Amino acid sequence: MARVTISDKYCAVNPLKMSPSIGAALAFLGVDNSMPLLHGSQGCTSFGLVLFVRHFREAIPMQTTAMSEVAAVLGGLDNLEQALVNIAGRTKPALIGISTTGISEIKGDDLRGFLKLIRANHPELAGIALVDVSTPDFHGAFQDGWAAAVTRMVEELVETPQFETGLSRRINVLPGCHITPGDIDELRDIFEAFSLDPVFLPDLSGSLDGHIPTEFTPTSLGGISVEQIRRMGSACWTVAIGEQMRGAAITLEHHTGVPYKLFGRLTGLAANDGLMEFLSDISGVPVPKKYRRQRSQLIDAMLDGHFYFGGKRVAIAAEPDLLFASSHWLHEMGCKIQAAVTTTESPVLESIPVDEVLLGDLEDLEMRSVGADLIVTHSHGRQAAERLQIPLFRVGIPVFDRLGAGQQVTVGYRGTRNLIFDVGNLLMANTHEPTAETWIPKQQQSRNLVTLQLVQ
Amino acid sequence: MGTLGSKVQQVLNEPGCATNQAKPSFDRKKGCNRLLAPGAAAGGCAFDGAKIALQPITDVVHLIHGPINCEGHSWDGRGAKSSGSYLYRTSFTTAMTEQDIIFGGEKHLYKAIKEAVRKYNPPAVFVYQTCVPAMIGDDLEAVCKAAAKNLGKPVIPVNVPGFVGSKNLGNKLAGEALLDYVIGTEEPAEITPCDINIIGEYNLSGELWQVKPLFDELGIRILACISGNAKYHEVARSHQARAAMMVCSKAMINVARRMEERYGIPYFEGSFYGIGDMSDALRKIAQLLVDRGAPAELLCRTEAVIEREEARAWDRITPFKERLAGKRALLFTGGVKSWSVVAAMQEAGLTVIGTSVKKSTPDDKERIREILKNDAHMYDDLKPREMYKMLKEARADIMLSGGRTQFVALKAKMPWLDINQERHQAYAGYEGMVTLVSEIDKALSNPIWEQIRKPAPWESSSAQDEFSIHVA
Repeated sequence: MARVTISDKYCAVNPLKMSPSIGAALAFLGVDNSMPLLHGSQGCTSFGLVLFVRHFREAIPMQTTAMSEVAAVLGGLDNLEQALVNIAGRTKPALIGISTTGISEIKGDDLRGFLKLIRANHPELAGIALVDVSTPDFHGAFQDGWAAAVTRMVEELVETPQFETGLSRRINVLPGCHITPGDIDELRDIFEAFSLDPVFLPDLSGSLDGHIPTEFTPTSLGGISVEQIRRMGSACWTVAIGEQMRGAAITLEHHTGVPYKLFGRLTGLAANDGLMEFLSDISGVPVPKKYRRQRSQLIDAMLDGHFYFGGKRVAIAAEPDLLFASSHWLHEMGCKIQAAVTTTESPVLESIPVDEVLLGDLEDLEMRSVGADLIVTHSHGRQAAERLQIPLFRVGIPVFDRLGAGQQVTVGYRGTRNLIFDVGNLLMANTHEPTAETWIPKQQQSRNLVTLQLVQ
Repeated sequence: MGTLGSKVQQVLNEPGCATNQAKPSFDRKKGCNRLLAPGAAAGGCAFDGAKIALQPITDVVHLIHGPINCEGHSWDGRGAKSSGSYLYRTSFTTAMTEQDIIFGGEKHLYKAIKEAVRKYNPPAVFVYQTCVPAMIGDDLEAVCKAAAKNLGKPVIPVNVPGFVGSKNLGNKLAGEALLDYVIGTEEPAEITPCDINIIGEYNLSGELWQVKPLFDELGIRILACISGNAKYHEVARSHQARAAMMVCSKAMINVARRMEERYGIPYFEGSFYGIGDMSDALRKIAQLLVDRGAPAELLCRTEAVIEREEARAWDRITPFKERLAGKRALLFTGGVKSWSVVAAMQEAGLTVIGTSVKKSTPDDKERIREILKNDAHMYDDLKPREMYKMLKEARADIMLSGGRTQFVALKAKMPWLDINQERHQAYAGYEGMVTLVSEIDKALSNPIWEQIRKPAPWESSSAQDEFSIHVA
């Protein structure tokens, strides 16, 4: 049982955290033909946009209400109205997802009221879904914004079914923000192998998986359609991945009566056994041969890999659900979690296999990483890893100095197996060759050195 | 915000900016701060611009007072290089929370400054104001003043809440902070008659180092580069330079002009991009120094270096001519003056079929028209959709632009080269133009293009024929 503490520093150094406003924006990007809009100054959008471009290596549609000093004081109704009209005219999206920022939250802009007024004045917005979400930059972190946006999309868009549900093969999947486009593709295959028909909200595998569209698109390149979201009430089950999605899953259940099952993580042998059992149960389909074989392959990888993981000390900094998945999996491979740093409150933190989980930054991680064999965090951990000469395994967002961040797969038996190879190779590459001095105790080594210097 | 308001007015109405002075008096006050269209805007805010301009100062703490949005998404993101301290790559922020919003963030900020100084002991701290603390009324100047007094270190307020305007305005406000709090506050140990300042050069990808060896050879000392690879003390002592060059168009023109007013340092506006421009820059620096008392032989030595370097650069570009002859390029740059790059590209055999003139002055446009001999299009604002169409129909062979339009080209399966600030290659000076041409060649001649344009086995071949016709 971990103690959860909050850093008592006044100055955050090398932030780990990102804002909920762009977490929400990324969630909106998982909807087909969508345009996220940040209600704030244009910097609020451009910093997040550049971050996503560097991570996904894709064009990122994302707009701003471009609040000026005057608008920040007088209120942003006009800016929001102009922004919606401009976006509708220029890009004709199916959905505009509006997240607030620190600026509009402090001013106290009533977004829902604004949207009513704007809709009444602009019939041209009639065919466009508008979803607002409150994501003040000074409260919570990226995953909170993602989760809030999904909950709001459920509230605003999902229709209460008029008929009995639970008869279809349709299954709703609510992935947390740590689930990559590659993960979603993997999960889709798994669900389909049980003759289930999954829809993902949000579905980044359609928009940010890196593919070549046949023509120019100024909005998101794919994802779940607004129509599919509306019909989520017709599913037989909802599967939520990551504790952050519990709120959205409950809201969906209240709205539609579709029951939900939450998986805290889908990395690791036992975690995936749980998924297989559940899917087999609800579908009535026995676990397909393919996955029985993959399970066996994972076990073999665990056997081959455990030599390199056993006893290794790992320092991790990640958002709560990603920290939960990574730390438990590494722990299950025999690693000792030396330090755990995270961004925001979550019920999962107490269960992390470590003495203390700190809500802090990458300076905190660096100080706690001394003597570790591996650092696990996003690309901004590179400076600490360099200074400490410890290998860095990049997870989460942003990963801007490696290719394929969006296609890193860590779910399922196969994803876990590949993760063992990737991390195991990093640990293997960093094993220290023994030298003649390796087994001489440290004290004696320094005595020898002094003697040597005296002789010289 | 009275002081900030007047400061903004002052930098917008910049007398040193020819473009601005050419406008009617009413428009002059508006400067180049274009009104942003909500829902159709692109680019960063004033805070972004200030950080771009100052963050290359390598040995100080850059502390951002604001919620996580301002610093958390962008730190360690730019390629400004350092030959010494790496403190500038460490990120410091107050990461304001609800508590700060309710009770005010001043005490938090003060303690953060103190903590950063205690832990990292920098020669100075730059503190950046952002929108949220500006809205709740945190008095940045007062906190910095108190901290400077109590900590015995310069603590520089950079008052740039994002909502006051664009990146360009932020560049200028950053310059104001230097003028008000840094420049002229220390004296150099020794001065020489060949000391210069370079203003508005950020040493991205190490570009300053492409031109510095030439200055070294000529015995010209860069007293301060503002702010690429700069140390705090260098900037503080920069008022003793004999002459200055202002690069990066007009981003920091206020610094150059006010230093001329205050300290009598003459400056000229120049560029390190393009062979001719590089030579002009060297010539003008030498002339300014000689005018102010440097030995006249500097001029001859400069001409000799120019002659040697130009010949060497053209020699190295010539071999590409055959490979690049007839290739058509689209050129979309932001700040960099298009024509200086155009000349090098033409010399390498490329045909520039279109270029953007969005940020160009009427003079710039005239010059581009001359160089391109009317056979190219000048675009004020080419929409991404149009750009994509041009590339898709293979009306160009390569696009050179900034990261914002990168995927327009790549998704059209067309070669693309980054020539904006985020690029990883250095294109300054004679060295840089050779690099640019060789990078264009590398992009065009990569074997992937032929492979990826072939249709999949299940696609009809008619689409491919159509494409071949366009390409051929």
